[in-house]
Amino acid sequence: MAGYDWDVIERSLPYLFREGMTFSVTLTLLAMSGGIIFGTLLAMMRLAPFRIVSMVAGGYVNLMRSIPLVLVIFWFFFLVPYIGAWILREPNPIKVGAFYSALVTFTMFEAAYYCEIMRAGIQSVARGQVWSGYALGLNYWQTMGYIVLPQAFRNMIPVLLTQTIVLFQDTSLVYVISATDFLGAASKIANRDYRLVEMYTFAAAVYFVICFTLSFLVKRLQAKVAVIR
Amino acid sequence: MKLDWSILLQQEPGGTGTYLQYLVVGLGWTLVTALAAWVIALVIGAIVGTLRTTTMPWVVRLGNAYVEIFRNIPLIVQMFLWFFVFPELLPTQWGDAIKQMPPPWSSYIPAVLCLGFFTSVRVAEQVRAGINSLPRGQRFAGTAMGLTQGQTYRYVILPQAFRIILPPLTSEFMNVIKNSSVALTIGLLELTGRARAMQEFSFHVFEAFAAATVIYLLTNLVVVLFMRWVESRVRVPGLIAAAGVQAGH
Repeated sequence: MAGYDWDVIERSLPYLFREGMTFSVTLTLLAMSGGIIFGTLLAMMRLAPFRIVSMVAGGYVNLMRSIPLVLVIFWFFFLVPYIGAWILREPNPIKVGAFYSALVTFTMFEAAYYCEIMRAGIQSVARGQVWSGYALGLNYWQTMGYIVLPQAFRNMIPVLLTQTIVLFQDTSLVYVISATDFLGAASKIANRDYRLVEMYTFAAAVYFVICFTLSFLVKRLQAKVAVIR
Repeated sequence: MKLDWSILLQQEPGGTGTYLQYLVVGLGWTLVTALAAWVIALVIGAIVGTLRTTTMPWVVRLGNAYVEIFRNIPLIVQMFLWFFVFPELLPTQWGDAIKQMPPPWSSYIPAVLCLGFFTSVRVAEQVRAGINSLPRGQRFAGTAMGLTQGQTYRYVILPQAFRIILPPLTSEFMNVIKNSSVALTIGLLELTGRARAMQEFSFHVFEAFAAATVIYLLTNLVVVLFMRWVESRVRVPGLIAAAGVQAGH
């Protein structure tokens, strides 16, 4: 393509990857860990025999799944300083950077989606497994921890990973709170040097290569771990 | 943080009415964007999804490539591609014409195209899954009766597949409504964008976002109830939707 400025990409590579991609990947991995833990707890709550507990968890999940992620990002961006002040008993809202605000947002938001996956995973474990746990004298937490959840995770690993690829793509939305993730970094260069076409096509190509490779690997894994019954 | 809900009834600085009206007009833009994108998504999604189940290898491969491209690039990046990059790739005259469109349209049209193509891929996946969920015997029966592949699709496969996939399509439609909020990044003042603007003008952050949240929840409720009614009308007796878990939103 004539007039395509490759040089601006080459010049900004260190900034794009060392600053931007590090932000995106760190955010993805931490939010994934937090989201799966919180999501699993939510799934256990949704499946609990106590109505209030399952209703609270169900309400939370449905609320998160009903509103746009962009709106959730805005919500937490201004709520987190107040929640932080409340937890730390400070009189004034505390200062929270874009990274921690985004981390709380994505953990809380993706937990709702991980919850639905884990709920299906727990339900995919045969009832007899739970009964045999109780028959052995294990309590609820032991049965869950040693028998049900390991099988639920195994069954759901491909879906959990696919959701994580979605999470990685979603982290690009932190653009709306001006954080410097990979897209944010690309956009800052694009506007500074007026190289919008180059930076956005390059960003798209990078995201494509990463996500395509990851989903290809997930597909291969899926064929490998599929439990034959 | 003191709450003052009466802010919703105060005039917004643009002079178009109260803040509440301002947000409701935003909902209007959200819906108009989502519906237009939904039309594109359904048409392309139905075609691509069907083609991917045929027995023509190169057509299937082309369909797969189409799906991979739109699925592996984040929505906001696609939004920027349509808004900033697409006009540059067209002949100069056309590109300039797009860039010079008056305000809401210059971001509305890229937003609709972006959401339409983005969602078409997800519709295509649902259509394909719906077709593949039918018993193989249906296809054989079509062939045994002397129908061509095209006729089998037209009279046997598609009428069943489309009714099976209504529930997942409903949730895809709600996704378009939610995803249209990403258009605020290219300057479309839809519901979320207007909530943010209201919060900037009035400093009533909590009220602005709470109002937007409630409007989204009500919209969802209406869509769910309407689609439940549609589903009850077109349900195929004996066939229930394959409601598998899927990643994404």
